[in-house]
Amino acid sequence: MMHIHQEAEERHVLTVTVDNEAGILAKIAGLFTARGYNIDSLTVADITDNHEVSRITIVTHGPPSQIDQIHAQLERLVPVHKVVDLTELGPHVARELALVKVAGVGDKRVEALRIAEVFRARPVDTTTESFIFEMTGAPDKIDSFVALMRDLGLVEVGRTGIVAMARGPEEA
Amino acid sequence: MEFEKELGVSEERSGANILVESLVRQGVEFVFGYPGGAVLPIYDALFGDERLRHILVRHEAGAGHAAEGYARSTGKPGVVLVTSGPGATNVITAIADAFLDSIPLVVITGQVPTALIGSDGFQEADTVGISRHCTKHNYLVKDPAELAAVIDEAFQIATTGRPGPVLIDIPKDVQIASAAWNDGPTQRRQRYAPRTQGTAGEIAQAVEMIAAAKAPVFYTGGGVINAGPRATQLLRELQAKTGAPVTSTLMGLGAFPADHADWLGMLGMHGTYEANLAMNQADLIVCVGARFDDRVTGRLDAFAPNSKKIHIDIDRSSINKIVRVELPIVGDCAVVLEQMLAEWGSRKGQDLTEWKARVDTWREKKSLSFPLNDDAIMPQLAIQRLFELTKDKDPIISTEVGQHQMWAAQHFPFFSPNKWLTSGGLGTMGYGLPAAIGAQCGNPDSLVIDIAGDASIQMNIQELGTATQYRLPVKVFILNNEWMGMVRQWQELTYESRFSNSYSDSLPDFVKLAEAYGWKGIRIETESELDAGIQAMIDHPGPVIVDCLVHKESNCFPMIPSGASHVDMILYGDNVAGTMDDEAKALV
Repeated sequence: MMHIHQEAEERHVLTVTVDNEAGILAKIAGLFTARGYNIDSLTVADITDNHEVSRITIVTHGPPSQIDQIHAQLERLVPVHKVVDLTELGPHVARELALVKVAGVGDKRVEALRIAEVFRARPVDTTTESFIFEMTGAPDKIDSFVALMRDLGLVEVGRTGIVAMARGPEEA
Repeated sequence: MEFEKELGVSEERSGANILVESLVRQGVEFVFGYPGGAVLPIYDALFGDERLRHILVRHEAGAGHAAEGYARSTGKPGVVLVTSGPGATNVITAIADAFLDSIPLVVITGQVPTALIGSDGFQEADTVGISRHCTKHNYLVKDPAELAAVIDEAFQIATTGRPGPVLIDIPKDVQIASAAWNDGPTQRRQRYAPRTQGTAGEIAQAVEMIAAAKAPVFYTGGGVINAGPRATQLLRELQAKTGAPVTSTLMGLGAFPADHADWLGMLGMHGTYEANLAMNQADLIVCVGARFDDRVTGRLDAFAPNSKKIHIDIDRSSINKIVRVELPIVGDCAVVLEQMLAEWGSRKGQDLTEWKARVDTWREKKSLSFPLNDDAIMPQLAIQRLFELTKDKDPIISTEVGQHQMWAAQHFPFFSPNKWLTSGGLGTMGYGLPAAIGAQCGNPDSLVIDIAGDASIQMNIQELGTATQYRLPVKVFILNNEWMGMVRQWQELTYESRFSNSYSDSLPDFVKLAEAYGWKGIRIETESELDAGIQAMIDHPGPVIVDCLVHKESNCFPMIPSGASHVDMILYGDNVAGTMDDEAKALV
């Protein structure tokens, strides 16, 4: 009998600075599927005035040797300027934005609003029977908030995926 | 106006025209291609242009492999021109082949007009999407004003760093629309600048490791060939200083002369006993431009267990991909070898007498020997005779894929680079004939021979017509055993001789086929006809197919079966169980 072997895995946050050209996102996402790497989260937006450069934040997991390969394979793409493994580099800030729709009346509605205050989630849309809360924070904080809302009339969740940056004054 | 003239802004030209001018500016001699609806403007621009020679193939796959053969044998990039849709998809295999073997290609594909992209138009395919992961880079050009810069960058990317295929998809309207053409040099984007040099610290450490090694081996690959003839020369110089034995991958054959006393032969699955044992027992492996491919390493956990490893490669992603190394050096083989030679100076390495004596005991196994047969020509013998009778002419050899390819690698020695054209990484049957055609275009005075098998040759047999049309005197030497020999061999060794669909039934009469295309056909049936048949092939001024009937059930040995280590080689005369466990079967 034959079994498929598994290796111990790590979770890493990478930022990738790229030329903002057609097909670049497909190139990067496709690299992950083609080589069997995992994407837990991927965000992208242009970061320069002339819209020529984008920054992509990718959260991935895999064995350490695979993380190193992901780094090298990303660098190999011509439109990629720079790849930074923030997890490898050290302390960094990782934030995500979520929109959370909760519907309910009475006690549940009051409780939802109270918990939202605790989490510093802001209502951005209000009807007599619903809220949409906007919150930013570390992904696990959003997880906790969403979990609490489940019993209080959670309708819909939208999350951006994380954006991350190394701590300290220097550019990573 | 005067001011504009000084700047060199001349006139408006069509996209097709800009493409042709740009190719000429890049020094392109040959374009391998096939016309179609979406490239008609480009073909019209080529019409009557004497500066570019267009080689009309019979199938787009042939264009891709011909460009590969041209590139591999000349060191220049190969250029391909095909139409949209099926034209582009037909060339994908060749692009994937060039990607794995690091061959510089620039592939131009026509595309439906910009406004029709995404509408499932006639002969529309998402060429950029399909080729994304088998090209080094690709482009869809939507404005003729971008063409000159894109083509300039495409050639730069294809030929520098780790070479590879670059595809440029050009919609038909972009070929027709016009833009300003400037005769001056193109403004180049400065975004691709691969690292070529090792750091001083890395070089010093490498030299120290080599000087301290008691059992070193150079393990060289296609990167040495890609780094140009200078890298080959520098490898020989560094070897002379250190005295370490040298083995090579399939792709690296020719970088080191096969008649050198320290040459071990090819390593890996069908490598020599001495090469694989030396790798297994070495205390230091110096990998130069190779990538620890699965065909080379065998079972990974038993690969070179007692050695430190230095890995020189221009592609950082090749390092630590499969085998972890103590000292990675990212750089061009020629540059790094030169740095190492300078650092070595007049140093003396360890006394390698004992190590070389051990190597000699492995050589005594004579792992490439094979039993002769009274009734049939042994395929290995046919290759040896082909070498003996052609060696004065320093021929260029291409191959298809399978047993004949491995026998050629084992029994046809090479002494210089760019003479050996084979599909290593992708293993593409049908590569050899078009590759030989491309090589003959680039080397009109050379003897170019495709060593083929009866199954492989049929995969791009239509290219016989291309050689006829351009009077290219390529030779095709078929080792005909009426089997897909390597498949048959694996079925014998792994599946208890259940020969599922590996028999080459209904073979054509290759002699008559040759004649139908205006080639000469020669059949060799017995050993007594072998030399005369080969000689007749060499003497004929035009293209020739030799149908050499060889022993049908010969296996290619030595062989490291899948899942085995370098010390578990099968040699001729060994008993083979004829089956394997599932773990081994699951390996390719």
